[in-house]
Amino acid sequence: MLESYIRSRREQKELLLMTHIVLGYPSFDDSMRMVESMVEAGVDLMELQIPFSEPMADGPVILKANSEALATGARVEKSLEIAEKITASFDIPFLFMTYYNILFRNGVDAFVGGMAEIGIRGAIIPDLPPEEGSEYLTAMKKHSLAPIHIFTPNSSDERMSMLSDKSEGFIYTVARKGVTGKDTAFSDELGDYLSRCRAATSLPLALGFGVKSREDIDFIRGKADIAVIGSETIRVVEKDGVAAVKPFIQQLQD
Amino acid sequence: MQHRGYFDQFGGAFIPEILIPTFDELEAAYLEAKADPAFWEEYKTLMATYSGRPTPLTRADNLTEHFGGAQIYVKREDLNHTGAHKANNVMGQGLLTKRMGKTRVIAETGAGQHGVATATMAAKFGFDCTIYMGEIDVERQRPNVFWMERMGAEVIPVTDGSRILKDAINEAFRDWVTNMDNTHYVLGTACGPYPFPEMVSWFQSIIGIEAREQMLREVGKLPRRAYACVGGGSNAMGLFSGFFDDPEVELVGVEAGGRGKGIGEHASRLAYDDATVGVAQGYKTYFLQDDEGQMQETHSVSAGLDYVGVSPILSGLYESGRVRFEAATDKEVIDAMSLTVRREGLIPALESSHAFSQAFKEVGDMDPEDAIIINQSGRADKDIFTVADALQDPKWEAFIIAKAEEYKNA
Repeated sequence: MLESYIRSRREQKELLLMTHIVLGYPSFDDSMRMVESMVEAGVDLMELQIPFSEPMADGPVILKANSEALATGARVEKSLEIAEKITASFDIPFLFMTYYNILFRNGVDAFVGGMAEIGIRGAIIPDLPPEEGSEYLTAMKKHSLAPIHIFTPNSSDERMSMLSDKSEGFIYTVARKGVTGKDTAFSDELGDYLSRCRAATSLPLALGFGVKSREDIDFIRGKADIAVIGSETIRVVEKDGVAAVKPFIQQLQD
Repeated sequence: MQHRGYFDQFGGAFIPEILIPTFDELEAAYLEAKADPAFWEEYKTLMATYSGRPTPLTRADNLTEHFGGAQIYVKREDLNHTGAHKANNVMGQGLLTKRMGKTRVIAETGAGQHGVATATMAAKFGFDCTIYMGEIDVERQRPNVFWMERMGAEVIPVTDGSRILKDAINEAFRDWVTNMDNTHYVLGTACGPYPFPEMVSWFQSIIGIEAREQMLREVGKLPRRAYACVGGGSNAMGLFSGFFDDPEVELVGVEAGGRGKGIGEHASRLAYDDATVGVAQGYKTYFLQDDEGQMQETHSVSAGLDYVGVSPILSGLYESGRVRFEAATDKEVIDAMSLTVRREGLIPALESSHAFSQAFKEVGDMDPEDAIIINQSGRADKDIFTVADALQDPKWEAFIIAKAEEYKNA
């Protein structure tokens, strides 16, 4: 389902854009306004991150957004409420990004069932390799949601193929080692890695980690199906406010 | 696909995809070393020549007389180089780092003991070394930061989250996901993703192996009970593992009771009923968390026990009933420490004093024919700033004020 949306959208657009926000940061009202700006600016799909106290795979920008959201009372329950409003108001696919404990504590099957009910289309759980994820994968399948796994420059061809088998929708390829939000060198080496990713899966490829400018997007065009803008929009909001989000996203795609 | 490193329902490896090959490499190096008797011999020789092992078993006659129950024996891990059992794990992982051909080590530290031990190992083996330490801990543990820096380690204050041990662990993982090619992460306790809980417990098992032999040779019998404090759980795993096959030895893990029950007041994951099963920092165990899975603040007079999670192996032993878990409050711990210093001239760390405190509660009711063993996992004299604060010693305070004046006027 998610995959067919991406494929049909790709017929009109060479490179799709996925953005990311941390729910409740700087506030839930701001989250709503950011989604609205992003959708108006032509974003094709979005990751909604549910804050967690120990976001081990995230870099300083998203880490701070997580802890500040929690400090101002971003309960999981409230994140689910706002997510439901978001999916009801905007007509693009929304995914959850969060850490496994959020699912585990709430009951994996119940949580995944809840995701389906509020119109979420898939999830990225960066601390849940398929080896630990059988309960999650079963629940995602049962509720027809897309479990999205991650390819890295360290992944062997064999592992990529296993991850692809366990995934639906698309594959999230990280451009480099390290955490979110640091600089990435968009180079030939990255191009080679992306062709290796392409060979390992028939699913669409999204490329993230350190994507922040029009030059980066131009580099990715033709090599992946989706470019992911994560930490950079949070930086934009912190620097120039929520109103700056729409022009920022628009200029990336001109 | 393997489903690895489980003890009962606890453990596993909940790690970001980027680290999968690094953990595969570590697991292979660990299993290979474990299967190679020459490795353990090399380790034992290193610990004998560098860290003073085997550490002695000390008979505490005055305390035994004081309580009038079972005979009290103390396993002296405080006599390791750098003053705690932490050296056992760190030197073992140093040998593994060499085997893997890596040239840089990183570590998290709370109070600083594990950081000092890692910096010491790095100096000896010639590794580059970076230590992550919560900003709050850097401020309150200057003497340990001083030594780490003298030994050539870079100490990075962690300003994220609650700025304590768990945040230092997260930050060390963030370094590792970037620099895994030349870097080994020397995790300090029997927690974290597989193979760390098992591997750290293996290095610490040197405590229990020695302790069992010493009891049989020097006392002529096994202890009725073995006491160890439990933060992450590595010194407890070390001592207990010597007696797993002796059902007559009761194993008692003592957690930080802090100011008593209630989330935020203590760091007792198993002895109190405030913790629930969760997944964080790469493994599944009992965590002090809220109903939605967010980790909560913890408190203990001893920084080394002040942690949200506990070794998955100990959670398994808790479920099976093989280990009994108790908690000692801050006040009980300070009393136990003061008594031990006064009666035996031993100076147990605040962490280790938890084990003493629980033993003191029980030993008077035991048969004088029986013996107990307490693991003195570390020594307190090098943590004089923290201990003097905990004891609220007015003369020490006056000394520090005078010293500060001296620096100001210099």
